[in-house]
Amino acid sequence: MTKSLSKSFKKALWVYHCNSGSCNGCDIEIIAALCPRYDVERFGIKLVGTPRHADVLLVTGPVTRQLVDKVKRVYEQMPDPKAVICVGNCGNTGDVFYESYNLVGPIDQIIPVDVYVIGCPPRPENIINGVIKAWMKLETLEAKK
Amino acid sequence: MSQTIKTTFQLPIGPIHPALKEPVAFEFEIDGEQIIDVNVTLGHVHRAIEWAARKRNPIQVLYLAERICGICSYCHPMAFALAVERIADVEVPEHAQFLRVIHAEIERMCSHILWAGVAAHEIGFDSVLFLTWEIREKLLDLTEYLVGNRVTKAITMIGGVRRDITPEMYPKIKETLQYLKDSFEKLRRVYLEDKTFKMRTKGCGILTKEEALKLVAAGPTTRASGVKKDVRVDQSYFAYCDLDIDYMTPDILTGEVNGDVYDRIIVRLLEVKQSISLIEQCLEQMPPGPIVSEPKIAKLLAKLKKVDGEGIGRMEAPRGEVFHYVKLNANEYIYAWKVRAPTYNNIMPWIPMLKNQQIADIPIVAASTDPCMSCTNRIIMIEDKKTFILGKEELHQRSIQKTRRLHL
Repeated sequence: MTKSLSKSFKKALWVYHCNSGSCNGCDIEIIAALCPRYDVERFGIKLVGTPRHADVLLVTGPVTRQLVDKVKRVYEQMPDPKAVICVGNCGNTGDVFYESYNLVGPIDQIIPVDVYVIGCPPRPENIINGVIKAWMKLETLEAKK
Repeated sequence: MSQTIKTTFQLPIGPIHPALKEPVAFEFEIDGEQIIDVNVTLGHVHRAIEWAARKRNPIQVLYLAERICGICSYCHPMAFALAVERIADVEVPEHAQFLRVIHAEIERMCSHILWAGVAAHEIGFDSVLFLTWEIREKLLDLTEYLVGNRVTKAITMIGGVRRDITPEMYPKIKETLQYLKDSFEKLRRVYLEDKTFKMRTKGCGILTKEEALKLVAAGPTTRASGVKKDVRVDQSYFAYCDLDIDYMTPDILTGEVNGDVYDRIIVRLLEVKQSISLIEQCLEQMPPGPIVSEPKIAKLLAKLKKVDGEGIGRMEAPRGEVFHYVKLNANEYIYAWKVRAPTYNNIMPWIPMLKNQQIADIPIVAASTDPCMSCTNRIIMIEDKKTFILGKEELHQRSIQKTRRLHL
């Protein structure tokens, strides 16, 4: 882990956050990860305003029917190599909303997911751990090129 | 030569857009730089929560209610529990009433301090945003120590709470409260004495008392206009009737009520101070006893299965009054459930607040009611029957520019 991390520091990782109908719980934990206690910007991880600049897509929320096409399009706009992190239980399994008529279901049925971060909401450490795993995956993808 | 015909363009924005924190879609009709028409599509976050409740028993609905909003994850299930307790005549033990007050006040402080950071961000003070979130982390540590989680607390139970606060836990609570008292002085100096903050917020976004009453504003927004309205005092619930609590209006500190953004900051800061005092009073007065009236969940559910009737639960959430209506019809599941969150009340007051304001003041005025994110992102201004729409990013830029101009 430490070995691959030091290798990864060559590149700053830019993250795009896409809310697909979440309750704000995961979203405030993502902001908490950016704030002084966890401060991920020291690793070069930062939120960007467009998927076209991003290496990693953070998806929160259970994907409501109105947002399926939009999530797909955000994914398609990202340049390769890319990684998708699904943050929160409702994106992974549906959680308490699992039987709702307005959900299209877990995110991995819509776009390929690389890292699953579970928790409702996951702790900031957990989210950072997920981003680092995505980082390692991106490194292997780059090496294969 | 054929004649050129001038037409308008269609410009769709959202539902996923960097300026939008929560999904909401807009379709503009634009003519050059000017926006002629706008159509808003809501409902992207519709997860059918009230419908799903009809297939679940009251205990399961507690967890569903917790996930309505991640920031108010205590007051929604608690208001639901209040409604069910009223229908089923469940007596809550006195010890649990005090515990409920402690958790509600911790959530209020978290929410107000989060809001203070957002307000600072809106006028371009990102260093203050980081300062307030640092303080908030201490409160989240305390929350985690008391309930076991940072955001979704899962502490509510019909007829009480799920975890006790024992005297061994008091030192840790008192330590955090002392830290908050020390940082409170720092926050007060930044927010109330800083020259730039004063210049940006005084006389800005005024909501008069008459309009606050007419538009039924809720929570700190209405109290900043001098309306003495607070569910904790008006219709006392939990153990608030045993505690020293009063309406927090800005005249306590300044002797006058203006109803501007500055007053809303004063009210929220005073409420943080009040919450600290309320928790201290609870720790002093809390009698020993059970934490829940019926510890066996199966027994409680069997009782609720036989109940027929409807009830409401009202509670003072950090943003204002939250209202839950529940109907049970002697069945295993909930028959009907309706939720009204305080943001509904606080949207209409934006209109008088924003009239005759500078465009650069819009973000701080809109944020001053502490709305849920999807409401804050976009402002529609109607001038001379033409509608102009400004995105959040642009508004934020204009706001920062105004702060810079003041420094010169």
